[in-house]
Amino acid sequence: MSSPVTQDARQSPPAPPDALLSIRNVVKQFGRRSVLRGISLDVAPGEFLTILGESGSGKTTLLRLIAGFEQLDRGEIWMAGERLDNVPHHRRPVNTVFQSYALFPHLSVFENVAYGLRAKRAPTGEIPERVMNALDMVKMREFAQSAPARLSGGQQQRVALARALVNRPRVLLLDEPHSALDANLRRQMQTELKSLQREVGITFIFVTHDQEEAMALSDRIALLRAGLLEQVAEPRQIYSRPSTDYVAQFIGQTNLLLAEVSDGIAHAGAIIWRSFAPSGKVTYSLRPECIRLASPGALAESPDVATARFRGRIRNQTFGGAMDLLEIDCGNSQILRARIPAPGLLSGEQAFEFSASDAIRVRPGNED
Amino acid sequence: MYTRAYKASVAIPPLLWVTVFLLVPYAILFCYSFWSVSAFQAIVHNWNLQNYLQLMRNPIYLSVLFRSMRIAGAVTVLALLLGYPLAYYVSFHAAKRKDLLYQLVIIPLWASYLVRGYAWKTILGSEGVLNGFLQYMHITHHPVEFFLYSPFAVVLTLTHIYTPFTFLPIFASLEHVPRNLIEASHDLGASPWATFRRIVLPLSLPGILAGATFAFVLTLGDFLAPLLVGGPSGIMISNIVVSLFGAAYNWPLGAAISLCMLLIVVGLLMVTERIERRLTLS
Repeated sequence: MSSPVTQDARQSPPAPPDALLSIRNVVKQFGRRSVLRGISLDVAPGEFLTILGESGSGKTTLLRLIAGFEQLDRGEIWMAGERLDNVPHHRRPVNTVFQSYALFPHLSVFENVAYGLRAKRAPTGEIPERVMNALDMVKMREFAQSAPARLSGGQQQRVALARALVNRPRVLLLDEPHSALDANLRRQMQTELKSLQREVGITFIFVTHDQEEAMALSDRIALLRAGLLEQVAEPRQIYSRPSTDYVAQFIGQTNLLLAEVSDGIAHAGAIIWRSFAPSGKVTYSLRPECIRLASPGALAESPDVATARFRGRIRNQTFGGAMDLLEIDCGNSQILRARIPAPGLLSGEQAFEFSASDAIRVRPGNED
Repeated sequence: MYTRAYKASVAIPPLLWVTVFLLVPYAILFCYSFWSVSAFQAIVHNWNLQNYLQLMRNPIYLSVLFRSMRIAGAVTVLALLLGYPLAYYVSFHAAKRKDLLYQLVIIPLWASYLVRGYAWKTILGSEGVLNGFLQYMHITHHPVEFFLYSPFAVVLTLTHIYTPFTFLPIFASLEHVPRNLIEASHDLGASPWATFRRIVLPLSLPGILAGATFAFVLTLGDFLAPLLVGGPSGIMISNIVVSLFGAAYNWPLGAAISLCMLLIVVGLLMVTERIERRLTLS
């Protein structure tokens, strides 16, 4: 590498030695609009990382920067110890599965999959075998001679996967590949995708706006919000320990409790529980499934601050099969939502409780 | 479902149009081509094949027909060579100037064909702009005569006139090439040139075929450009038809030539349609 590159490398912290892909302080603007405002992210080899975010959060732009379809304004992208961001896109060891699959309509399924091999001048003798192996992998062998237009959405996606994976990329980029599929097919393709990733052991970077999909598939989720990373963590971690109120609300459903903490006790309206937060205003996230029905007599007992107990009026009860969704009016215009397994039909005032440890302190959002 | 009355009211106008302005005239032409002209310049209705035989035997007709096809071929190739890069640039690289450039290509179509023909006459003539420039620059000392009144002048004029006709369908087909296919091609490691050759060019072939058909068919039937800038050596088959229907007053022979041209054009359209169907099916 030339000297200016090593100089750049000294300015930003070095990538951890086990990272395959390292994104360092990446900034991207379109005209005056900042789309990415300083993203740093390391991806381990063999990892399934999901970039999750609302539309406009910059998740697709980040993917396009890695693929090389866009040029970054500041920062660096490294792959296995080498600068990636100044490599022309057709020479990068990454492949993309596009949102609409982008299969070549004038080429057969076989020729679509062979395209990358031919472009890189793979030995002609090994092309048919590698193509058919890739098609076997996605169970599309018998469609080799079909035109892409005759395939269903799920089949097209399988071909797009085979077309990318046949090139044995270091990293596979997937840009919302399931957004065009109906719910059932989407679930099926998710399962297939996950097992395929385990099978080939290639690093997947998956972009989606669907938090359920992100949780089902990923080793880690990077939640992007307005061009900044809000939290990067494993699905269970990001669900049970959201770092901000935005994360808590985006991943799953939650109740945000604005509490006043003093002397180790949090007060949110009439609800009190034990808190280890320093005194002052604190925002808590409480998942609906953490709220339980309490025995009517429990409230009369001496207050046990390890368990918060409160009374509330049932405003609404929605049957949901295994769990019912309750809207509980706790007075002072405080509404809590609870998911309670098979409570039967409830009405009027009821007693509820939750463990103090289930109320998670989150950083309140700093609105721009 | 549509009512019978609706279906009829939709179908009858085009059917009437085709019958009155296409089928009936061609039927009349067809009849004429088997009649002959008497010694007293009257058309007599004795059915015979004389006109077609004369067409085959008289080398003038065939040589002019072949020349017309050569000129049409040359115009087609030149118009494609100009129209394709133009359409490619406007579609892929013009960015904000796309609409403006598109209009600039289209605007000449609004000017009368005759005006453009005369413009070339003014440019190419012995007292014309081009000769004036060459003499002013001392490149030539006498007016160059062969610019005007030659097949060259006809090809030049018709290329200028029909390039927008090749541009339009090619531009439309390039606009329909999904841009993510180009990204996908680069993503799979294909160079920009390989991407053009394997993705963009094949997907724009229908546009190329349509543009080529326009240029070839319109040139083959053209008679104004040879009249204005062609001179005796630039005569095309339509000029002969015009004179046969006019001064020469031999409508039967003119009709026979017209029908031969019609057969050539229809044959050509059938071939291109087959090619196009094969392209779009695969």
